[in-house]
Amino acid sequence: MSAVHTPIEALVTVDNIHTYYGKSHILHGVSLYVGAGEVVGLLGRNGVGKSTTLKTVMGLARPSQGQVLLAGRSITGLPAHTLARLGIAYVPEDRRIFRFLTVMENLRTGLDRHGVTAARKRELLDKVFTYFPVLAERRGQPGGTLSGGEQQMLAIARAMMLEPRIILLDEPTEGLMPRMVSQIGQIIGALHRDGVAILLVEQNVPLTLEASERIYIMEKGMVRHHCAASDLKVNDAVIHQYLGV
Amino acid sequence: MAAILEIFAAIPYDQILVQTVNGIVTGMILALVASGLTLIFGIMDVVNFAHGELFMLGAYMGVVVLATTGSFWLALLFATLVIALLGAALQIVTLRPLLGRDPLTTILATFGISLVLQNYALWQFGPVARKIQEPLTGGFQLFYLEYPWYRLMIAGLSAVIIGAFWLFLKYGTWGIWIRATTQDRVMAQAMGIPVPRVHTAVFAIGAGMAAASGVLFGPLVGVNHAMGLDWVLKAFIVVVVGGMGNLGGSIAAAIFISLLEAYASIWVSPAQAVIVSFAVLILTLLIRPTGLFVPTPK
Amino acid sequence: MKKRSRRAYWIGFGIILALLAMAPLVLPEFWRRFLTEILIWGLLAMSSDILIGYTGMISFGHSAFFGLGMYGAAAALLTVNPPNLWLAIGYGLIGAAGVALFVAYFSTRLRDIYFAITTLIFSQIFYVIIFTWTEVTGGENGLTFRRPPLSIPWIYSTPFTNETLHWFVLAVVTASYLILRRITQSPFGMVLQSIRENEGRTRAIGYPVERYKIVAVMLSGVFAGLAGVLYAIQNRFAAPDFVYFLVSGETVIFNVMGGIGTLVGPFVGAGFFLLLREAFSRFFTEYYLIPVGIVFIAMVIFMPQGLVGFGRSWLNR
Repeated sequence: MSAVHTPIEALVTVDNIHTYYGKSHILHGVSLYVGAGEVVGLLGRNGVGKSTTLKTVMGLARPSQGQVLLAGRSITGLPAHTLARLGIAYVPEDRRIFRFLTVMENLRTGLDRHGVTAARKRELLDKVFTYFPVLAERRGQPGGTLSGGEQQMLAIARAMMLEPRIILLDEPTEGLMPRMVSQIGQIIGALHRDGVAILLVEQNVPLTLEASERIYIMEKGMVRHHCAASDLKVNDAVIHQYLGV
Repeated sequence: MAAILEIFAAIPYDQILVQTVNGIVTGMILALVASGLTLIFGIMDVVNFAHGELFMLGAYMGVVVLATTGSFWLALLFATLVIALLGAALQIVTLRPLLGRDPLTTILATFGISLVLQNYALWQFGPVARKIQEPLTGGFQLFYLEYPWYRLMIAGLSAVIIGAFWLFLKYGTWGIWIRATTQDRVMAQAMGIPVPRVHTAVFAIGAGMAAASGVLFGPLVGVNHAMGLDWVLKAFIVVVVGGMGNLGGSIAAAIFISLLEAYASIWVSPAQAVIVSFAVLILTLLIRPTGLFVPTPK
Repeated sequence: MKKRSRRAYWIGFGIILALLAMAPLVLPEFWRRFLTEILIWGLLAMSSDILIGYTGMISFGHSAFFGLGMYGAAAALLTVNPPNLWLAIGYGLIGAAGVALFVAYFSTRLRDIYFAITTLIFSQIFYVIIFTWTEVTGGENGLTFRRPPLSIPWIYSTPFTNETLHWFVLAVVTASYLILRRITQSPFGMVLQSIRENEGRTRAIGYPVERYKIVAVMLSGVFAGLAGVLYAIQNRFAAPDFVYFLVSGETVIFNVMGGIGTLVGPFVGAGFFLLLREAFSRFFTEYYLIPVGIVFIAMVIFMPQGLVGFGRSWLNR
């Protein structure tokens, strides 16, 4: 599609990546960028490769071609745990909280990092418990006993423990009740105000248009459309074309 | 009626009680060995065939340090640390390159390691068994026997080590990392946990625990290069019966099997008492292959 | 297989067969015996290849099959007079098949790793039984017996000479190889390989995977038992050492070194291992397993396709 003009100050740049899953060619040259502090939405039908794109950025899938840059530096092929330390956090599609660890222990997987003072840890916990009071209540409970919505909150809170520069959010509202969906929207807003960049993959179009500054739309492993969120309405022809709603 | 009373009278209660104690003692050591094995399997899908050799080398290290320093406790400490380091080195050199390959290759690799270590021990220490002097002599009167204090000490120490390890897993940072990696390796990586290093650490801990068991067990029997095989077989049985990767299950299974074997040895020779553990394995495979001591998944 | 490579294959096969047949006429006795041993161990390893290379199941239980074949032959040679070659083979095969059925029943429903451990434990069970049941099996000391004559029933009987024994072993091994080769290339063999590639998918298609696995284990066990019978006839004794799991371990080593899934690989692997043992024994005496073990580990990591696999890819370049 159109060439992506990447501003030099982009926080994360994905440049023409091809990713395979076994023998399946999933990504056919995906390019996009996310600026520091920006919320960028990634829309598309099921199976077009949105999750795979996130996984490639996170180092969980290795691209056979192309590169991924973090603040201008190539991070292609680096293992996920290094990227997490460099400031990329991942909230996957099925949440994947550690079911047999308590809420507190889940948070600790991100909190127990080198060079974080005890005071800072307390600050981070306080912040997260303010955003998600329910987690404070359940902090000693095993993650597996939480409801779907609570697990989603835990997954996001856990990512926040890494003090990331960018959070990769994969379908955070999937399977949630409407009340929780709007809560997710508020949290994205709060994170944005904190200066954290977000790459948001979603099926929920209204939420995405509301929360994002720019939108990419993918189809069959490629980016097909790229514009400002304000340029799109919910029932836009473009939306109909690529999302077939 | 009289027949029933006769049967009750014929039961060798004192022998049974003595064997209960024996079974618990051996069971605790077996639990220590099996814990390392099940942990290594649970976290990295590696069946460590060389585990018995780590046990054996630990015992030999104990012999050497004891001979040099005269202190059993230094021997225990050094053997654990040195073999833990050896374990880490082995994991880095031979198992890391196999990451992502067919898990059966790790069985082959660790089998190869066990051959090399066993023959290395034979080469360095010769075929004659060595002895480790127990740090605590004397015993107390238990029915018809003078029961050595040392045996109780082994059980106690093993329990302490397992308990300390459990605490570490529950509260320590690396403990949390280990548990997280066991549950979901990919997500653990995404959280910044250095999974390759966690794997090495777990292997090292497992090796250290095996070595400690070796030193503790040393005074009970002679230390020789072939002692590893029996233990690794029993440990495998324990791990299967207890449920692969299930730490609590392994401990329960270890004591269970050791008790059964101890009771069996009242009536048959020790070499044949081993069949008991095999029988338990077969029963487990038939009835509950995922493990006798595994709670049914909800 | 394309026509030309088929012809090349059979020509190569014929040449090797001829060389092996000529061996006892030209080699000194020590090397002749060495070669016969390679053939027997190769047969054992080839039987193991059916499981490892074609069905994808690592078995550490082959020592049980091998040992039972050996003891079965011993039983025939000690209880029936005059000692009969074919009876020995028969008893041995039945013994091995029985054990294989027993092991297969318990182990085949298990996933790969559990299967490997269980077969190992079973081979140790048999070891303990044979070791302690002294009245029947001779316990630690094993059994010794006379070598039966080479006989065609009712027609002809003559004692074995070193040469004829070698040729007999060669004939049996060659026949086994051809049979197994036929089987692996048959539809049955294809199913086995599909189980190795993707068991779940094979099951989903509708194949009764467990039954195939049981047959594979029995097939493997029978040929392993045959190797045991040959060994018993060659050496005239049976001992529990051969039921000890180490024999299974060495068998797997032969497979890996030679190349799994190749049927010829095991022979190359056996030969390679025995040669390494000879060579290293000069320097390391009985500790030859240290360098050989290191070579093995290195091969698992760097040359997992084995010597034959490596040779093939080198030739294809």
